[in-house]
Amino acid sequence: MEIDELYQTIILDHSKRPRNFGELAPPAFKGEGYNPSCGDEIVVFVSESPIGTIEQIRFTGQACAICMASTSLMTTQVKGKTIAQALGLKRIFIDFLTKEAAPAIGLGNLQAFGGVKKFPQRLKCATLGWHALEGALKSCAQ
Amino acid sequence: MYRLISGRSCTSCNTEPAGGRSGVAIDLLAHKYREDFPILNQNVNGFPLVYLDNAASTQHPGCVIDEIARYYREDHANVHRGIHALSSRATKLYEDARIRAALFLGAASSESIVFTRGTTEGINLVASSWGSAHLGPGDIVLITEMEHHANLIPWQMITRRTGASLQYIPIHGDEGTVDWSLLDRRLKESPVRLLAFTHISNSLGCINPVRELCAVARQHGVVTLVDAAQSAGHAPINVQELGCDFLVFSGHKCCGPTGIGVLFGNPELLADLEPYQFGGEMISRVTFESAEWKPGPHRFEAGTPHVAGAIGLATALDYLEKIGRPAIQASDHHLGRLAYEKLSTLPGIRILGPKTERAGLISFQLGSIHAHDLVAYADQFGVAMRGGHHCNQPLMRKLGLQATARASFYFYNTESEIDRLVDVLRKAIRYFGD
Repeated sequence: MEIDELYQTIILDHSKRPRNFGELAPPAFKGEGYNPSCGDEIVVFVSESPIGTIEQIRFTGQACAICMASTSLMTTQVKGKTIAQALGLKRIFIDFLTKEAAPAIGLGNLQAFGGVKKFPQRLKCATLGWHALEGALKSCAQ
Repeated sequence: MYRLISGRSCTSCNTEPAGGRSGVAIDLLAHKYREDFPILNQNVNGFPLVYLDNAASTQHPGCVIDEIARYYREDHANVHRGIHALSSRATKLYEDARIRAALFLGAASSESIVFTRGTTEGINLVASSWGSAHLGPGDIVLITEMEHHANLIPWQMITRRTGASLQYIPIHGDEGTVDWSLLDRRLKESPVRLLAFTHISNSLGCINPVRELCAVARQHGVVTLVDAAQSAGHAPINVQELGCDFLVFSGHKCCGPTGIGVLFGNPELLADLEPYQFGGEMISRVTFESAEWKPGPHRFEAGTPHVAGAIGLATALDYLEKIGRPAIQASDHHLGRLAYEKLSTLPGIRILGPKTERAGLISFQLGSIHAHDLVAYADQFGVAMRGGHHCNQPLMRKLGLQATARASFYFYNTESEIDRLVDVLRKAIRYFGD
């Protein structure tokens, strides 16, 4: 069924057992994402290493399976990347979900969200954690 | 003020009276009227559509769709302006729609019927026009904690602007119980100017005792506004019997079009109110320096109104009247009760609202499954529900919930559709379960 393309095994797994779930204490940076249509909230915490990469990343929040899994998988993918690389990956991911035949270079497991293309009303769910990440990285870069 | 017009005969709809005041035989109304709703006869994702999102918007019988099309094909022009034939036909249809809306609400005069865009605009109109004239520092607007954002934010804004304060009647627990016996004392002891409350809660499904509450308010000289969005198409309503000052509802929640709604206002209160918007259609005399307003409801209808909407709405109201709102109410209660019984057996379910005396809607949290996942999953099996906070964020927060799924029924729904709902919820538990 089409629904299985949306809720792939890896997505259901990450939604039930989110990785890197929890908070980071200050001076870690914090970014928030809020979806007014459902009330879902995600808070992403990042800490920067001396060489400018994402050293630690964690998140908290209550959200649907797509949002929880997307944020969980995101944290596993951006750890160790520079801020520019992480923001670049966000762009590639969102293009992958919204544009016809967009390349999936470097997306790895994130390609599991390809099913969202058929459920455009869930695009916000799949990208909420990434918007929160961007917020955290922006305060990090300041 | 009343002139009963001979409505055009409804070709596509079976409109013989059905049902009675007491009890509804199984699927009696659906059996008789479901075929009037062409949209229900379709497959969604390969399954016959089960439409259970009626609290958000109901569907349209063929007679409403046809009448709107007929109006545009034969009679459309601007209203109240032209001298020509089409304009006078459109004007007559529009003003007849006002009379039919007045009859539907049991209002003494069509002068008390203002056409709005919907419930939200009706409440905004009262909050803005009545509120700015009658509220000041120290005054209180009293509403309940179960109000839809539409009956909450307008009061937040107008109390803030006038220096009045907004207070809440608390609800208790998942059942949403309200201790109404405290109301009398509260109105006696504090300077409450207006009491606004919903007739049927869109997320709890409870039915508030409108007549009793309006009577208490009246004793203390408190103005009342009833949000009838969820009840106008579901229960008999007579504004004179209820004794309310204002009552609002939307067309699209009672078989009518979107973008049209009704505000009933006590004529004495309406007569004193300043307009809400300004422009054409609502003036009697304008100079470069000043303007005077038309009397009656037209003063609140600036600009070209939604003529086709009003005509479509009146057709819908006539259609509901022919079925009979007592029969619709009985069918709602029957489906609501049945859904409550069947859903209660699901493991991990948390149902909001009263156990008995509930309207035809049921809002719930199923285990740890997020409402959006549940609604997306159900949709894959053709079952349409709503998932979210239902424009009740403060209520949800109070109950420690972010979102719920909601199934809401109308007279065209059947018992077997409730079985399809229960079935898909069982499947979802297996799918998303740990």
